[in-house]
Amino acid sequence: MDWLPDTYILSRMQFALTAIFHMLWPVLTTGMGIFLVLVEILWLRTRNPAYYYHARFWSKLYVLNFGIGVATGIPMEFQFGTNWAPFSEATGDFFGSILGFEASMAFMLEAGFLGIMLFGWERVNPYIHLFATIMVAFGANLSTFWILIANSWMQTPTGGEFENGKFIVRDYFQAMFNPFWRNSVIHMFMATLETSLFVIGGISAWYILKQRHSPFFAKSLKVCLATAIAVAPLQIYIGHLSAEQVYHYQPTKLAAMEAQWETTPAGQAADWSLVAWPNNKAEKNDWEINVPNALGYILEFKEKLSEPVQGLKDYPPEDRPHLVGLVYYAFRTMIGIGFFLAALMAVSTLQWLRGQLSEENIGQQRWLLLAWVGSAPLGYVAVETGWIVRCVGRQPWAVYGQIRTADAASNIPAGEVLTSFIGFMLLYTLLFGTTLYFGSRIIRRGPRLDLPLPNEDKPAIETGKTQHQPDRRPVEAQQ
Amino acid sequence: METLDYFLPQVWFFILALFLFLYVILDGFDLGVGILSLTADSEERRGMLMTSLSNVWDANETWLVLMGGALFGAFPLAYGTILSALYIPIVGMIFGLSLRAVAFEFREQANRKWFWNLAFGLGSLTAALGQGFALGSVLYGIKVDASGHFTGTIWDWLSVQSVLVALTLVQGYVLIGSTYLIMKTSGELQKNHYRTARIAALTTLVGAIAITISTPIIYESTRSQLFERPLLYIFSLIPLLGVLLIGLLLRSLSREAENTPFIWTLLLFLLSFVGLGLIVFPYIIPTRITIYDGAAAPSSLVFMLIFVGFLIPIMLFYNIYQYVVFRGKVSSTAYGE
Repeated sequence: MDWLPDTYILSRMQFALTAIFHMLWPVLTTGMGIFLVLVEILWLRTRNPAYYYHARFWSKLYVLNFGIGVATGIPMEFQFGTNWAPFSEATGDFFGSILGFEASMAFMLEAGFLGIMLFGWERVNPYIHLFATIMVAFGANLSTFWILIANSWMQTPTGGEFENGKFIVRDYFQAMFNPFWRNSVIHMFMATLETSLFVIGGISAWYILKQRHSPFFAKSLKVCLATAIAVAPLQIYIGHLSAEQVYHYQPTKLAAMEAQWETTPAGQAADWSLVAWPNNKAEKNDWEINVPNALGYILEFKEKLSEPVQGLKDYPPEDRPHLVGLVYYAFRTMIGIGFFLAALMAVSTLQWLRGQLSEENIGQQRWLLLAWVGSAPLGYVAVETGWIVRCVGRQPWAVYGQIRTADAASNIPAGEVLTSFIGFMLLYTLLFGTTLYFGSRIIRRGPRLDLPLPNEDKPAIETGKTQHQPDRRPVEAQQ
Repeated sequence: METLDYFLPQVWFFILALFLFLYVILDGFDLGVGILSLTADSEERRGMLMTSLSNVWDANETWLVLMGGALFGAFPLAYGTILSALYIPIVGMIFGLSLRAVAFEFREQANRKWFWNLAFGLGSLTAALGQGFALGSVLYGIKVDASGHFTGTIWDWLSVQSVLVALTLVQGYVLIGSTYLIMKTSGELQKNHYRTARIAALTTLVGAIAITISTPIIYESTRSQLFERPLLYIFSLIPLLGVLLIGLLLRSLSREAENTPFIWTLLLFLLSFVGLGLIVFPYIIPTRITIYDGAAAPSSLVFMLIFVGFLIPIMLFYNIYQYVVFRGKVSSTAYGE
C-alpha cells in the first residue's frame, strides 16, 4: 500500500469522496425546489387541495435531503483551505471571490427563506409563502450557477495570467464568463431538474403500482412528465455542445473520454469506439468495438473532422489523465442514461396522448410504471459519472494547463488526512444508510390528505406577550 | 502605497469581522442550546430545545459559510494557511456541525432518539470546542515564515492558552443559549435556564479574567501592543465595561426579566469581540502577516465589494424578517410539567 503515506493522493481521495457524496443531496433539492414552486402555483391557481398536499408531502423528502446537503457542503468549502492551501493561495483572488458570492447570494437566500417555506404555512399568507418557496428554489439554482462558473474557470481559465504560480486577474467578467460557463451551467441546471423529475415521477409511479392514492400521484407523475418533455431532449443537445467544447479546449480529456491513443489528423474520418478496454501501461486498448467513421458525425455532424482528434500518446504521461478507463466508462454511462430517460419520456408522452394515463387506465401501464420506478436512481448516476468525466478527465491539472493537482495540495502529515478520510467514510456511510431508511419510511407512510388547509376557518395566530399560542412542529416533522 | 491599498483591506477586515460576529452570536446561541440539550432530562424538553432552533439553525450556520467564502476571496493566503495549520480543530468542527445538522431531521424521524440526541449535543459541543481552539490558536499566533506559509506542527493548536479560550467560548455559548431560551420558553423550562444562565455567566467571567490577565503576561507581542498609547485607555476600559455588563446581566436574571438577559449577553459578546479585534488588527495571521500583505489584489477586493457589499443589508433584512415571522414563545403546552 504505497499510496498510504502520500498526502496528495489521500487529499484527492477525500475530496472525491466528499464531492461525490455531497452531490447526492443538492441535486435533488435544487430540482425539487422548482417542482415545489410548480405545485404551489398550481394550488393557488386552481385551489385544488391535492396540489397543496403535494407541496406538503414532497417537502418532507425535501427537508430530509436538505439537512444532509448542508452538513456535507461545509466540508467541501473548508477543504479548499485545509487540504488545498496552495490552490487557495494561487487562485483565491478569483476563485475565492466566486465562493464568497455563492455564499452571500445563494446560500443565504435559500437559508433565509427555508424556515418560512417549511414551517411558515400558518404564519404568513399564501402569496408570501409562495415567494419564500420561489426564493429557496432560486437560491439553490443560483448556487448551481456560481459553482459551475468557478468549476468552468478551472477547466478553461481565462481573464488573467498566472505569474509565479499565482493567478492575477485582468478582467473579472472574462474570467467568470469563460468559454465553458454557459453550457456547463445549463447542463447542470437541467441535470438537477431531470434527476428530480424522475425521482418524483418514479416515487409517484410506485404508489400507482401499489394502488395507493393513484389519482393523487397521477397528478405529480404528469407534472413531471410534462416538464421532462422539454428537459430530457434538450439535455442531450446541451451535453453534445459541452462535448464539442471539450474537443476544442481540452484535447487530453476528449482523448480519455473516447479512449483515443493515436491522433487522427484533420480532414480524416475517425472511428467511434462503442466498447473498449483501455490499457494505460501498453498505451492502447486491449480490445475494442468500433463504429466506423462515426466520430466525425458525433462531434461535427460530418464525416471528416475539421480539427485533429489528438491521441493520448501525443502527450507525455505526466500531462494526461491516467484513469482513462474510468473516464471512458463514466462518459458512456452518462450518455446511456441521458438517452434512456429521453426514450422513457417519449414513450410515456405517447401513452399520455393515447389516453392511457387517464385515471381509469393508468393502473394497467405496469411496464411503463415499473420503468419509471427503476429510473428514479438513474439521474444520480448520470450526474456523478458526468462529474467524474469533468474532473477526473481534467487531471493531472487542478486548473487545466496551469496548476497541477499535485502542487495544489497542502503539505500536512498524511496520517491526519487518512484519519479525516476514514472519519468521513464512516460518517457518510451512516448518513447514507439512515437517509435511505427514513426516506423509504416517509414514502411507505404516504401523504397526509386530511390536513387543514392553511389560514382557513382559523383566527390568526396571536403572539402577544400574555397569550402564548402553542407553536407546533409542522407535519413534516411530526411523523 | 496608495490610500486604496490601505483602505480596501481595512474594509474587508471590517466586513469579515461583521460576518464573524453575526456568526458567533447566532450560531453561538444555536450551539449553546445544543450543548444545553445534553443536560435535558426528558424527550419533551429536548424536543422543545430543538424546536426553538428548527427554523433558524440553517441560516445561522450559513454565516460561517459566508465568512469562509469571504475570507477565501479577500485574504486567500490566510484562508489556506490558517485552515491547513488548524487541520484538526477545523475538521473536528466540521464533523460536529455535520452531526448536529442532520440530527434535527433524523431525531424527529427516529423511534429511538438517544443516538441523535447525542449527535446533536456532542456535535454542538465538538463544534464549539473546535471553534474555540481555532480562535485561541489564531489569537496567539500561528507559526509562519515570511511569505506566510505554515511552518509549525500539526499539534500547535493545543496549548494551555487555547484550552482556556476554548473552554471560555463554550461557556459563552452556553450563556447566550440560555438567555435565548429564556426568551423563547416559559414555565419550568424557562426557570431552569435562568439557573444555567447564572452559572454560565460566572464561569464565563472567570474564563475572561484568566484570559485577560494571562495573555499579556505570556505573550510579549500582545503586551507591547496593549501598553501602547492611546490603545491602553481603550483596553483598560474594556474590562471595566465587561464587569459592568456582567453586573447588569446578573441583575436582570435575578429579576427574571425575559428579554434583557439576551441583550446584555449580546453586548458582552460585542465588547469581547471589539477587544479581540483591536488586538488582532492589523494582522490577518497574527503576528506575522498584516491585512495589507495578505489581501487579494485591490481589483479583487473592489469586485467582491460591489457584489457582496450591497447584499449585506438585504441579507440582514430577510434574516430579521424570518425572526419576526417566528417571534414569540415555543409551545408551552407540549411541554408537560
